[in-house]
Amino acid sequence: MSRLTADVIVVGAGIVGAACARSLAATGARVVVVDRGPAAGGTSSAGEGNLLVSDKGPGPELDLALHAAQAWERTAAELDDELGPAFPSVEYEPKGGLVVTSSAAGGAALLTFAETQRAAGVRTVPVDGDGAREYEPQLSPEITTGVFYSQDAQVQPVNATEALLASARRRGATVLTHRAVTGALTSKGSIVGVLTTQDRISAPVVLNCAGPWAGAVAASLGVQLPVRPRRGMVLVTTRMPHLIFHKVYDGDYVAATQSADTSLQTSSVVECTAGGTVLIGSSREQIGFDDRLRIAVLAELAAKALRLFPFLADASVMRAYGGYRPYMPDHLPVIGADPRLPGLFHATGHEGAGIGLSVSTADLITALVTGTTPPLDPAPFALTRTSLHTEQVA
Amino acid sequence: MTPTPVDPSRDPAHPRESALITITLDGREVIGRSGQTVAGMMLAAGIQQWRRTSVDAAPRGVFCGIGVCFDCLVTINGLRDVRACLRRARDGDVVVAQHDRLPATPVQHPDPS
Repeated sequence: MSRLTADVIVVGAGIVGAACARSLAATGARVVVVDRGPAAGGTSSAGEGNLLVSDKGPGPELDLALHAAQAWERTAAELDDELGPAFPSVEYEPKGGLVVTSSAAGGAALLTFAETQRAAGVRTVPVDGDGAREYEPQLSPEITTGVFYSQDAQVQPVNATEALLASARRRGATVLTHRAVTGALTSKGSIVGVLTTQDRISAPVVLNCAGPWAGAVAASLGVQLPVRPRRGMVLVTTRMPHLIFHKVYDGDYVAATQSADTSLQTSSVVECTAGGTVLIGSSREQIGFDDRLRIAVLAELAAKALRLFPFLADASVMRAYGGYRPYMPDHLPVIGADPRLPGLFHATGHEGAGIGLSVSTADLITALVTGTTPPLDPAPFALTRTSLHTEQVA
Repeated sequence: MTPTPVDPSRDPAHPRESALITITLDGREVIGRSGQTVAGMMLAAGIQQWRRTSVDAAPRGVFCGIGVCFDCLVTINGLRDVRACLRRARDGDVVVAQHDRLPATPVQHPDPS
């Protein structure tokens, strides 16, 4: 068993852990990242790389997303510049999002929602059906209303995670993969390090960035954290000529992201990758860590995608993939200190928004750990917030 | 493994004599035997790449060879996106390599900013 000493231990080499490691290392802290598997081996490699403001209503998560929209533009350029052309690009693409609907009621709700977003600082362009088809000529003639969001963007999430980790290493961080955290080192009621299956690592700060598995990591350290897995699946078509130019999604997606319903929910999110495949999401199910292929979910995704883009009826599906989003019962991430175990911090619970929110989470965590002024009010993300029932975090 | 056909007289599977067939790849004649896949004929003729990727126009050919990766897609007799590794070649097939370029100009859209 190797013995290591650091200033901060980051548990989880997904995008949130990677972003936090880079940001903390930039302050001069000695950072050690540990993961039970490979880097970007969990949620970070199981989504679409969305950086969205469009699906968030006014409130703390939108503030985090707006901060992230600016931070990603800067971070992507920094990473590509810092790591050079030999390192895979993070493929930052500010392609914009188009939210559409085909019903009168849905259209009215969408425009009202967009108006509240605009007041909160989101750039929105309301359009009618023909206006929507100017953005996306292949869109169904049934579409009657849309809102275009120029701040929606994307990155390739695995490349982005690896790039953030590479940048962290250049700032002195150590990344240790394939070792699980098995317990806490404590002293006088505070955490002072962790034990892994291979190491004994001492550090006065431990940051739990284990995504949907953050509850298990917290339990191994002796505290409860009410984060649960929410499963999502994505269909991938074969390559085809590029006919979809933005992220296009059905207006009911916003309701689905905020739902606490445990049964299957699907809502169309369709986009074309640069490579020419079309990604078709999205589904949400609370079925634990059950990774069996569920054909009924895929069938529903395919059927709903045709409502947006009828031409996809002729598309061939190449594969499907899925993963777990870290779900908090009140739909807000947990970013901050755990008052029950001094020295322990959590940064998880971003659900389907973690790729986008990783960089603003890193800015918040770095300020909280180093005692500087946070760029945003951290209170809404605190573990002690009232929307988390006290018994869930007792 | 070799892309070169085994001499039938030495093939333990004792294949029957099969007819010579000709297909074209982008106008170039490729000769093979009835029963071969399109990809098999191209590999046997020394052609290892045909499709071009959208982003970098990088060459692609057979990667998995078993119909899973969709890297070997070609247009055959006007039908796009055919997996060359699965499609049995027929005499006279007209095969065209695919290169779906990224949209030439960014799609113009109004933006208030």
